[in-house]
Amino acid sequence: MAVKKRTIRTIPQERTPAREQDAVERVKNFREVNCGYTQENALREAERCMYCPEQPCVAGCPVNIDIPGFIQKISEKNFRGAYDTITDTNLLPAICGRVCPQETQCEQVCTVGDGKLEPVAIGRLERWVGDMAIAENWTNIPYIEPNGLRVGIVGSGPAGMACAADMAKAGCEVTVFEAFHEPGGVLKYGIPDFRLPNEVIDAEIDNLVRLGIRFECNTLVGRLFTIEQMVEEMGFHAVFIGTGAGYPSFMGINGESLNGVLSANELLTRCNLMRGRDFPDFDTPIQPGKRVAVIGAGNTAMDAMRVSLRLGAEKVYCIYRRTLAEAPARIEEIHHAEEEGIEFHWLTSPVEILDDGNKGVRGMRCIKMELGEPDDSGRRRPVPIEGSEFEFEADMIVYAIGTNANPIIGQTSRLKLNKWGYIETNEGLAASIAGVFAGGDIVTGAATVIEAMGAGRRAAQSMKAWLGLRDTEVVYRDPPDGPVDRPFGFDPSEHDFALVRIPAHSAATTTGGAPA
Amino acid sequence: MSSKQTGAGFEIVAREDFSDVTYLLEVRHPSMARAAKPGQFVIVMCHENSERIPLTIADFDRDKGTITLVIQAVGKSTREMQQDCTDGTKLFAMVGPMGIPSHIGTPKKVLCVGGGLGVAPVFPQARAFKDAGAFVIGVVGFRSKDLIFWEDKFRACCDELIVCTDDGTAGVKGMVTEGIRLAVERHADIDECLAIGPPIMMKGCAEATRPHGIKTMVSLNPIMVDGTGMCGGCRVKIGDRVKFACVDGPDFDGHTVDFDDLMSRLGRYKATEREAYERWQEGCRLRSQVDADGAAVKS
Repeated sequence: MAVKKRTIRTIPQERTPAREQDAVERVKNFREVNCGYTQENALREAERCMYCPEQPCVAGCPVNIDIPGFIQKISEKNFRGAYDTITDTNLLPAICGRVCPQETQCEQVCTVGDGKLEPVAIGRLERWVGDMAIAENWTNIPYIEPNGLRVGIVGSGPAGMACAADMAKAGCEVTVFEAFHEPGGVLKYGIPDFRLPNEVIDAEIDNLVRLGIRFECNTLVGRLFTIEQMVEEMGFHAVFIGTGAGYPSFMGINGESLNGVLSANELLTRCNLMRGRDFPDFDTPIQPGKRVAVIGAGNTAMDAMRVSLRLGAEKVYCIYRRTLAEAPARIEEIHHAEEEGIEFHWLTSPVEILDDGNKGVRGMRCIKMELGEPDDSGRRRPVPIEGSEFEFEADMIVYAIGTNANPIIGQTSRLKLNKWGYIETNEGLAASIAGVFAGGDIVTGAATVIEAMGAGRRAAQSMKAWLGLRDTEVVYRDPPDGPVDRPFGFDPSEHDFALVRIPAHSAATTTGGAPA
Repeated sequence: MSSKQTGAGFEIVAREDFSDVTYLLEVRHPSMARAAKPGQFVIVMCHENSERIPLTIADFDRDKGTITLVIQAVGKSTREMQQDCTDGTKLFAMVGPMGIPSHIGTPKKVLCVGGGLGVAPVFPQARAFKDAGAFVIGVVGFRSKDLIFWEDKFRACCDELIVCTDDGTAGVKGMVTEGIRLAVERHADIDECLAIGPPIMMKGCAEATRPHGIKTMVSLNPIMVDGTGMCGGCRVKIGDRVKFACVDGPDFDGHTVDFDDLMSRLGRYKATEREAYERWQEGCRLRSQVDADGAAVKS
């Protein structure tokens, strides 16, 4: 169907805004801040895509979703088709649409955003399609021929989920092991409900269950059984490790073991996964502070600050040693945090946490910084300004300055780790034990949900090659020296040909084909 | 169906009460029974809205496929479990075995000290030392004679057993440090010591063995949430380093542990704990009131 040619002047100029909960209201509840698009919003925003020939958005997406493809289907009001297009590559659009940093990925390179206009709101469109699919209960579960191969996935976070989906679609019997009592990994324990509701995660997990994937929670791989046992004794033909990098960092300054000092992971796990915010209906305590200082300016820090507000803090401070320009958080979350009244103290670094005399926190002493020469990551290194120390009152200090590899797999298997404790892999994400692959934060260090999903998918591609499974993403062609050892271009070592049955009445007219 | 309902919980196959605060639960978990080693623990949630609490594995039966937990009812969660858990009921969540297993090695003579509830987690280690060929001296301490449990199990795996009671109603009068003093008096060649119990007791034992230069391993019990090393809530000070008890422990060298820090951090939810316990007690009182009124109305 020919699309009427659009130019930068004929498309709707303004980016369609999505309704958001009012800042004053939303700090009292955990409901979603960004309410998403209505159908009218989505149709209008879809008009803004120019279907440019270069399609930089597709390359900008870590999993290469066919973005112009699904936007076109939205315009045609073929919403089910739009969902089909997205789920060809990404089985979890309602999640990615909410948590991807689109401003540094697809939307950053969008042709419409090149000039004075704002880029097409690709993330909001993806989320809208994903939410509709959940509401309408659409599932894209094709018939899958089982191939008898068993795959074990360690960790039910985004990397594990993406790998599980691909391997299940290839016909493998997939089991995902999770240490917590609920699946979802960082999506569940780390990202708060006002950014990513638990119902959305559970709905997407249900889709995976319908694909035939089994989730076994309350299972601590490494201790209950080892990776080696999975491969050697338990009958898994391939294993993917996606255990994440949750081990929180502290600074080692005085006062860190005072009551009232905790890592962002602890605060978020107590609040999100353990529903501590609903104490006493749920038993896990939080004891939120009235004046909370969060150290760090990444997404985890933003989450910790906004959660503290909703738990009843009167004042929430962000303490970061660099400036807004270097802050790693998603720009939308920083905006939301500012709107909600969080005070940002840039170029500030903690020196000591102060005791209230009762082993609790009464405040923090900090020092002002200035930006000097760039360090290894390319960002300018902050340098303390002599004599600029100051103190302020606080009763809770939250650390969100980064994390390290989860140590358990490293402690319990012979897998080769690098010097920081992350699992070493080759470009195909294969680890040092045959049949074992790894991806996500446990390989790269803390990164984003979509990068973890991309890693899960790349590992799945390698795993399929390892298992000798036909890769449906690859187009097979006759080798240059003819189809001698490769009938129809298929390598005989592959396990799953599709056997073609030739109906009896047309047997006389065909000259080849596999036996019926 | 929500995929949260993976598995229907963990079945309790036996319950024993040692006193009105201490009780034992035997839980069916064949794969954990096979994998468990002395010194490891589990994290348990009694019901779906419960908190996650760590409990040491006091025993494991690889043939029967069960693990044993010995629990002291000190707050809402453990009191609720005492009330609700018995054979036939299920725990909502249980994960493990967690922690680095205790290092047994091949010492010739070991001193195993258990204080109160600590007696339970000491047992599998004492048994492991015995199986490794060591001469095992056991010291177990209780507040009084009525609170003694597992004395027979200890007699079976210890070459010498010293029972201590604070009030002198059985065995030696005094705390376990008195038992340590007696053991060290009699044996000049103790290779190492293991001490498990309340933090103040472990601190006391470490101080009792320090002058004799006997390496003393303790098992730390800070507050935990996940137990897998991702929240840092269980961080403890060991020498000048900070370690996470759930993945770097729970065993540490008692002579390098900052016990004061551990005890201070253990108290950080005191206010909430008290509130939760009072609320739960009030709920129980009201429930029994309703039951009593109902019975009165019927009659």
